[in-house]
Amino acid sequence: MTVNRAPLRERPELLKMSHIEKTFRGDVVALKDMNLTVNQGDFISLLGPSGCGKSTALRLVAGLMRPTNGVIEWSGGQGEGDLGVVFQEPTLMPWAKVKDNVWLPYRLRGKSYFEVKDEVLQTLKLVGLERFQNAYPRELSGGMKMRVAIARAMVTKPRLILMDEPFAALDEISRHKLNNDLLALRDAVGCTVIFVTHSVFESVFLSDRIVVMAARPGRVIRELNVEAPYPRTEEFRTSADYAAFAREASDALHQAMEVAV
Amino acid sequence: MSRENAQMVEDKSVDIEEENIARKERLFAIARWTLPSLMMVLFICGWQAYVTIAQVPHYILPSPLLIAKTLVADWSLLWPAMLMTGRLTVLALLFAVIGGLAIAVSFTQSKLVEMAMFPYAVILQVTPVVAIAPLLQVYVDNAFVAALLCAWIVAFFPILSNTTIGLKSTDHNLEDLFTIYGATRWQRLRYLSAPSALPYFLGGLKIAGGLALIGAVVAEFVIGRAGTGLGLASTLLEASYRFNFGRLYAALILISVMGVAIFGLMSLISHLCLYRWHESALKRE
Ligand SMILES: Nc1ncnc2c1ncn2[C@@H]1O[C@H](COP(=O)(O)OP(=O)(O)O)[C@@H](O)[C@H]1O
Ligand SMILES: [Mg+2]
Repeated sequence: MTVNRAPLRERPELLKMSHIEKTFRGDVVALKDMNLTVNQGDFISLLGPSGCGKSTALRLVAGLMRPTNGVIEWSGGQGEGDLGVVFQEPTLMPWAKVKDNVWLPYRLRGKSYFEVKDEVLQTLKLVGLERFQNAYPRELSGGMKMRVAIARAMVTKPRLILMDEPFAALDEISRHKLNNDLLALRDAVGCTVIFVTHSVFESVFLSDRIVVMAARPGRVIRELNVEAPYPRTEEFRTSADYAAFAREASDALHQAMEVAV
Repeated sequence: MSRENAQMVEDKSVDIEEENIARKERLFAIARWTLPSLMMVLFICGWQAYVTIAQVPHYILPSPLLIAKTLVADWSLLWPAMLMTGRLTVLALLFAVIGGLAIAVSFTQSKLVEMAMFPYAVILQVTPVVAIAPLLQVYVDNAFVAALLCAWIVAFFPILSNTTIGLKSTDHNLEDLFTIYGATRWQRLRYLSAPSALPYFLGGLKIAGGLALIGAVVAEFVIGRAGTGLGLASTLLEASYRFNFGRLYAALILISVMGVAIFGLMSLISHLCLYRWHESALKRE
């Protein structure tokens, strides 16, 4: 499983957030002067204490709200199906079978199930839930529901996937498994990921760029690169490199929390 | 050895416990049907015994036997009456579903429409239908339409209010997802709001079914046979004027049978729509 991913510094730009400011109700400053360039093929973790505006940043990128100031620019413009999202909750439609949940992004673009059946089933296979295509969400475990949500986000092969603490509610074992699978999926689909987390270890294991944010006002205070090759396996979790990166990220996070106080 | 013994004892006690639970469940499954049936038999026997022993005249309290006889003897009269009341009820319920759904959807599509109209829906609901019915008779020329309107007024509100709540109770994250995927208004209604509202609507339908029957009975009482022909309620009323209490009770029983049948049917529809996915249909171990 070798993937042609350009070295970190040579990737073409995908999206740029410049001088983003977001104020709620006129006085709650969620983000102030946030700058972030996302390049194609990046796996970026947004790491920061809760309330520092991570979710707000994702919602701005997703176009669910407008920044008070500043601009978000997609190089080459944003096209249909360029974006996939995974929330903290699986957010499946309980009345729809697994395969129909995964079909949703296509369905809303007017594609019949028949037209996209192959993509749907193939994506379900990638997340290991092919056998459950006809199950209803309530028949699945929390981890399996999250896999369906990931399949739904990836089925259209979007250029960018936004994930807001998707594994925070899962137990450690499921989370490790999903971490591994997420990396494999990302390679299969070849998309860019922005992943919000407050777990230092998760961010180091998954990403090649960690963006540390501080609160009040929310902004980027530190960026560090995790220059360890993919595919990353369980061995990476126990390696000295991993420990060193984790220490670095952890220090940055502490610094972010001190700045905030 | 002693540890092994302990293990065996434990296994056994688990077995016994499981067996107890299973036995209890079997017992409950039987009791669910036999207990109410037994109650009914006891009640009827007691009634019959009371009427016979105390020699209660039939124009005060007819015996179950007399009612059963009347039911058979008057069947040629009662059956068409039942069809008549049934037709009124079903039509009222049908229009209540159509009207309730249409108004609920218009409410959720436009906040202004809701603000303008919702208070009047409430007023229509809280004013007792018995008080409105005579007016309907005065203003609506066609008596059948007046009766239908009367039953409709009672039945449509639970559908309207339940569906309105249901249409608004969509998951916020799913809403966001639909926004991100550029869903149209119609797609949002069809694929998100409507399925979210379905359990609420079905809850409203169960209530509305019973209310439609009540509305039909009230309409027959107030508007009389002029509009509805001879329905069960008018039959009941006429029987009471003539002190024909056997027929009165026979009609009364048929009305409650209809009520039970409607409730059963609505519950069945609800179950069929929801059992695959909705939490309310989930069996807990
Ligand atoms: N819709 C909103 N209205 C008002 N304040 C909000 C809203 N969304 C977020 N905030 C505020 O913005 C700040 C950042 O929130 P959020 O982006 O959710 O942080 P995080 O995801 O990092 O925990 C918080 O102080 C929060 O209270
Ligand atoms: Mg958040």
